Amino acid sequence: MKHTFTDKKDTRSGFGAGLLELGKTNPKVVALCADLTGSLKMDAFQKEFPDRFFQVGIAEANMMGLAAGMTIGGKIPFTGTFANFSTGRVYDQIRQSIAYSGKNVKICASHAGLTLGEDGATHQILEDIGLMKMLPHMTVINPCDYNQTKAATIAIAALEGPVYLRFGRPVVPNFTPADQQFIIGKAILMQEGADVSIFATGHLVWQALEAAEMLAAKGISAEVINIHTIKPLDDAAILASVSKTRCAISAEEHQMNGGLGDSIAQLLSRKLPSPLEMIAVKDSFGESGTPEQLMTKYGLDAAHIVKAAETVIRRKQTVTA
Amino acid sequence: MPEIKDLENICSQVRRDIVRMVHAVNSGHPGGSLGCTEYFVALYFHTLKHNPAKFSMDGIGEDLFFLSNGHISPVFYSALARSGYFEVKELSTFRKLNTRLQGHPTTHEGLPGVRVASGSLGQGMSVALGAAVAKKLNKDDRFVYSLHGDGEMQEGQIWEAAMYAAAKKVDNIISTIDVNGQQIDGSTESVCSLGDLHAKWLAFGWDVLSMNGADISNVIATLQKAKEHCGKGKPVMILMTTAMGQGVDFMMGTHKWHGTAPNDEQLAKALAQLPETVGDY
Repeated sequence: MKHTFTDKKDTRSGFGAGLLELGKTNPKVVALCADLTGSLKMDAFQKEFPDRFFQVGIAEANMMGLAAGMTIGGKIPFTGTFANFSTGRVYDQIRQSIAYSGKNVKICASHAGLTLGEDGATHQILEDIGLMKMLPHMTVINPCDYNQTKAATIAIAALEGPVYLRFGRPVVPNFTPADQQFIIGKAILMQEGADVSIFATGHLVWQALEAAEMLAAKGISAEVINIHTIKPLDDAAILASVSKTRCAISAEEHQMNGGLGDSIAQLLSRKLPSPLEMIAVKDSFGESGTPEQLMTKYGLDAAHIVKAAETVIRRKQTVTA
Repeated sequence: MPEIKDLENICSQVRRDIVRMVHAVNSGHPGGSLGCTEYFVALYFHTLKHNPAKFSMDGIGEDLFFLSNGHISPVFYSALARSGYFEVKELSTFRKLNTRLQGHPTTHEGLPGVRVASGSLGQGMSVALGAAVAKKLNKDDRFVYSLHGDGEMQEGQIWEAAMYAAAKKVDNIISTIDVNGQQIDGSTESVCSLGDLHAKWLAFGWDVLSMNGADISNVIATLQKAKEHCGKGKPVMILMTTAMGQGVDFMMGTHKWHGTAPNDEQLAKALAQLPETVGDY
């Protein structure tokens, strides 16, 4: 099946649209931002609901504490800043005041990964998924396009408990349905296949679909599964797919250490040992460049997924032989 | 309202609780706990509008208290138990396996009266401000109180919160700093001087009051004054002078009892100075 897209949009705008809709439908929702309102696309919410929008300035630690406090009294706070400042900079605040305290805060993080582009490695966090998934009871979500980010933003307001929602800066294909129901923790089968399972998250989902098409031309049938929720991981969907294909690829815009691939490797090694190749950044910081240049240089594109698929299928055949 | 004499009696009992709790597990923080006893007794037995028998996390229509320097959990737990949040006998579980009275306070085990975990310093003022902002959104006219150590002023997040509170006119918060001049490694002066705290908080745009933490009448009067200062566009800070280890002569005024438990002999010596007034747990 050939996947198409109607338009190209940034996932952060999906967040902004979802937040605006929540503003209209859920009076408990409040939003906090650390001097990045435009970058996070929170300006529409700010304009429409000035009394429920809190500009905290360049003080992310205070923002996380404020958000934790606002839950006391029944608010549902959504914090917005870059992924780097949403996680690494405020890890202890999130750990103690939000996660350990069980506070209903939605940590919404834009400009994650290499696709932040020209600003370079200081801002290109590639460790955030790992940091957040290690926190007990933290839900970690990384949607793939505009429509899915909007749906995820709306969905997390209904989940009681802390959530990390990760999205990005660049304009990318918008290919999932506008009217989709976003089910937290439920992987989405994008394309059925028999020879290899590709588990992708975030911007890599589109790359995986392109790779599947390139593989089909070579006579390889790839199954593509969108893992928008990294924690809790949809173990059943992963095991069902690998039971059929007997080999897997993980694909993400994140360090190999601590990312989605790590979680899948843990699962497979415990339940269904199978050859696994990981498309991820290999123990390296990023650098300046366009998003496309960086994704190619660091091996996070469709061409690299195709190579990994061929490798993992060869490994499977060796194991079987 | 309870008489001052009654409150002083409760203070003596709370101090007994503190030294007995830390002695029983040979760990915990008696120094700051003893120094803040009058503050806690004034708050929980006099000043707060609260509902200990029916604790609710949201505390709508109630005053809220946040302990930012969570290591002084013994005095917090004693005040909570003795004001009715949970049974006094539970104090005997402090720091033991499966207890709700963790080394540092937490919501994780569901202990009534605790609204956020604290221990890693510098975070409580931001949380208290968030709760104060939520009160305003809810048109709830009650107050939010927070307590901080003076050593905690070395944490940067405190000053982020200080700037925010004044900039956004959060005027339903009454924060207090326990100025005992001591921290783990020595005096605050020798470790990293705090400079002029009064001038600093004034410069950050807060209304600043002072009180003597060892004098419960003065604490009650100052907390009352602080409430009258609320609602005028400024957050309120009280600089509370105390002595670490207040009430036990050999523990007073030194950082050595910040995080050290008394041995059997020291416990007996301490208890001899603290009459049992309303009954040991």
